[in-house]
Amino acid sequence: MPTTAPTDPAPGLAAYSEVTASEASLRRFLHGLPGVDQVGAEARAAGLGTRSIKTTAKAWALDLAIRMVDLTTLEGQDTPGKVRALASKALRPDPADPTCPSVAAVCVYGDLVGEVKAIVGDQVNVAAVATAFPSGRASMDVKLADTRDAVAAGADEIDMVIDRGAFLAGRYLQVFEEIVATREACVRPDGSHAHLKVIFETGELQTYDNVRRASWLAMLAGTDFIKTSTGKVQPAATLPVTLVMLEAVRDFREATGVQIGVKPAGGIRTAKDAIKYLVMVNEIAGDDWLDPDWFRFGASTLLNDLLMQRTKMTTGRYSGPDYFTLD
Amino acid sequence: MAFEYAPAPESRSIVDIKPSYGLFIDGEFVDGRGASFKTVNPATEETLAEVAEASDADVDLAVRAARRAFRGWSRMSGKERAKYLFRIARIIQERGRELAVLESIDNGKPIKESRDVDVPIVAAHFFYYAGWADKLEHAGLGPNPQPIGVAGQVIPWNFPLMMLAWKVAPALACGNTVVLKPAETTPLTALLFAEICQQADLPPGVVNIVTGAGGTGQAVVSHPDVDKVAFTGSTEVGKAIARAVAGTDKKVTLELGGKAANIVFDDAPIDQAVDGIVSGIFFNQGHVCCAGSRLLVQESVAEEVLARLKRRMGTLRLGDPLDKNTDIGAINSREQLDRIRELSDIGEAEGAERWAVACDLPSSGFWFPPTVFTGVTQAHRIAREEVFGPVLSVLTFRTPAEAVEKANNTPYGLSAGVWTEKGSRILHMASQLRAGVVWANTFNKFDPASPFGGYKESGYGREGGRQGLAAYLKGAEA
Amino acid sequence: MARIDVRKTYKLYIGGAFPRSESGHSYEVTDSKGKFVANAALASRKDVRDAVVAARKAFGPWSARTAYNRGQILYRIAEVMEDRRPQFEEAVKQSEGGSAAAARNQVDAAVDRLVWYAGWADKLAQVIGNANPVAGPFFNHTAPEPTGVVGVLAPQSSSLLGLVSVVAPVIVTGNVAVVVSSYERPLPAVTFSEVLATSDVPGGVVNVLTGDAGTLGPWLAAHMDVNAIDLCGVAGATDLATSLEVAAADNLKRVRRAPDAEPDWAAEPGLAPMTAFVEQKTVWHPIGI
Repeated sequence: MPTTAPTDPAPGLAAYSEVTASEASLRRFLHGLPGVDQVGAEARAAGLGTRSIKTTAKAWALDLAIRMVDLTTLEGQDTPGKVRALASKALRPDPADPTCPSVAAVCVYGDLVGEVKAIVGDQVNVAAVATAFPSGRASMDVKLADTRDAVAAGADEIDMVIDRGAFLAGRYLQVFEEIVATREACVRPDGSHAHLKVIFETGELQTYDNVRRASWLAMLAGTDFIKTSTGKVQPAATLPVTLVMLEAVRDFREATGVQIGVKPAGGIRTAKDAIKYLVMVNEIAGDDWLDPDWFRFGASTLLNDLLMQRTKMTTGRYSGPDYFTLD
Repeated sequence: MAFEYAPAPESRSIVDIKPSYGLFIDGEFVDGRGASFKTVNPATEETLAEVAEASDADVDLAVRAARRAFRGWSRMSGKERAKYLFRIARIIQERGRELAVLESIDNGKPIKESRDVDVPIVAAHFFYYAGWADKLEHAGLGPNPQPIGVAGQVIPWNFPLMMLAWKVAPALACGNTVVLKPAETTPLTALLFAEICQQADLPPGVVNIVTGAGGTGQAVVSHPDVDKVAFTGSTEVGKAIARAVAGTDKKVTLELGGKAANIVFDDAPIDQAVDGIVSGIFFNQGHVCCAGSRLLVQESVAEEVLARLKRRMGTLRLGDPLDKNTDIGAINSREQLDRIRELSDIGEAEGAERWAVACDLPSSGFWFPPTVFTGVTQAHRIAREEVFGPVLSVLTFRTPAEAVEKANNTPYGLSAGVWTEKGSRILHMASQLRAGVVWANTFNKFDPASPFGGYKESGYGREGGRQGLAAYLKGAEA
Repeated sequence: MARIDVRKTYKLYIGGAFPRSESGHSYEVTDSKGKFVANAALASRKDVRDAVVAARKAFGPWSARTAYNRGQILYRIAEVMEDRRPQFEEAVKQSEGGSAAAARNQVDAAVDRLVWYAGWADKLAQVIGNANPVAGPFFNHTAPEPTGVVGVLAPQSSSLLGLVSVVAPVIVTGNVAVVVSSYERPLPAVTFSEVLATSDVPGGVVNVLTGDAGTLGPWLAAHMDVNAIDLCGVAGATDLATSLEVAAADNLKRVRRAPDAEPDWAAEPGLAPMTAFVEQKTVWHPIGI
């Protein structure tokens, strides 16, 4: 049995209990957040994208980026064999180079958690998508059962999706309560809990104002991470969406003292892109977030590009895809 | 461990700075008859080149060359003139890196800005006005638009090449010829532009460039055979020019100083507003006539905005202008640095509270850290006088009417900014602000299609857009 | 025995009222043959000062009127002038000499000019303003706005048509005017003031000072709260015009220079009389969701 109720608010959060007390107060709060000007936010993101990260800074950033990868496969065709191979790669991304760090986690569907766990043990986390991923269209019971199954199978992290329909219809309290309930479903018998990431599917929320509101809503509901996308909807992660979410976690910590992580997922394929995200983390949220505990990349093909760039840094010559595993 | 960006210097090997430069008159580089002066790299104080200081006689030669060239250039069909301008635009793009690096070396501005803002706008400006050259009769500026003649143009050091483009492109498109004097501290890109004119086979005398200081500028604007005077610079010199041309037929446009209010309401998109405040005052080290040097922030959010502003300023990177990650470059000259220091000291002495980003300033060169003054009132000199540096004065207001009143309470009227998510308030504020450019939920944006210029003591005439043609056509008023 | 006529002393028109000159001075106005017609107030620098204050006060509300409304008011001036044609004809004939028919033509043209300018009120911005297709996600447009308080040295010869031709283009765009009338031919301007006072023009929008442009011009040109000046009234007086332009530079007034000689007022004016006293304002706004 849990020794503490997982929804006990942190001290800084207590001040916000009024906010989530009713649909009306929650709506007032979320709609009272400062707006986001699309053009300005995109210009800022693009500006940060022009930072030039070279030599020692690049080497440092590449290793950090590798350590932040949630190596992901979320296909109907996934098999135990496929995810075991991925798990091996997560442990040793570059078999030829023992100095290459492991990734942060392997992210799979809930039914494959055990397969991954068997390979990675406690060396790399296992993340499972849940709550009727990717659409979130199922009854609450099903979503919670989905979550509990994954936690029971040993998932260290749960990546849930919000009900975008409810969010877009303005039923914020419903979304809030679903997150709270899922957070409770993450609690293990020993009272610890699987870390919860809340996926907004920002491509469906459309506006940055919605992304900011969703971020605050999820943070108030007690999530550990906020995550952009499932990877199944375009656009997935973008620099400006991540910018808005980084601003949200920065402001949230300032307001409550609680630090929340950020995970852009989907569409980040190159080392160059990953470094742009790290620059953004550095300059928007600050270096407290430059750590796999607080920032992740949900990606699959990104890892190989990071490895190729890393090899280029160490050997001085360009590498090719044949020298890296395709799992 | 923190994310330390390693140095990422742009190579300066792409530019070839000669030890000395002459004047560009009648299509050739010629020795001046006067003295010469040194131009220095403000980031290092290293002397870059010796540049001729055009004497009255040199200016006279240049005006004569322009007058001779006017005959052919003004009679050339617009279609042909257009092609020369398109050519120049294309060469500017092709030599963009070289121009950007040279601009940063001579001016001190970050390569990021010269590369991503100045040079692209310069090329775009030539492209834009190239297209007008054969369409002037459709500009709505009269049925038979005619060039004025020889244009004497004097430009400042803050955007050396951009100001050149703003002057030269519309003048040439309309069929005028020009004698242009770049600023004393930043002559090099204008001289490289002269090479570009040669490369484009522009007929000799259509563009003449005479380097020098105030005396040379005076010779240009007061030359009796100059038909049109265009000046960008200080209000003080602008007034002197207005006096000098009194009683003549010279047509004049003046783009002068400013003390723009950047107004932030409590319902502003706050993170973008903070970015806008930063780009408003720290873009180009604040060496911007339309800089948002007075932040007017609604009292109810003043504290929050300031806290966010200071945090944001903490990420600004000051240093080597050629480093691609530099946000704040060098102050253009010792003289300007002295003025910024003097006004800042006065601000402090008058009781305003000074806060500056804690950053290491390079040991040589001219530097000033991004600085904010709070507790400023309309009575403070730093709230009234143009500092022309990275110094922001913060004032507060309570109501829209008070914001308008304070914003307009200045002899200047070049630009203004408004930040609010409420559409009707934006349109109200935009109509009430007595300024030639109003940036709503943005700041310091420039485009060749967008007319730019001031109200009141910020000057008269417009540069850019269809209106920008009026300055270079006989009898036309924008 | 012939009736002894009542000799008039005309007053100034400032802020919608008809005060005497602050200085108390007046001067004799004669007809084209030198015969006494009336006394006119001789405006002083203090009247310039008062007129500028009145004008500045009127500027905000007048410029905030809709263009349609300003057009209506200019048209109303024309209507009221039309009503008082005989009086204007008499004043023009007295002032300028010539035939009754010539005076009638002047009045006709003056009324027609007002009607012409009235129509421009809600069209000028459409003709000289524009949307600007900038290379980015921004709405960007440029539109004219009035420049503010405009000093107008009205022509010395054309006492009515010339006067209307320099005043109407100033006020139609939302400016306010401090007008110095023709010195020797002030009576049409006085009558025009009376028309303005009875035709919905808010007080202070047009202020009329009878007096000497050479005396009043320097005060207007140097006044730091005047935004622009039309030097038409010192046409041909090159040195004076130059000195006024120099004085105007102190606050960078927009200057409409004095011509060498008064133009042909019958000619169609074009846009320049209006565009000389407008500012072009460019507004940017991002386009986003």
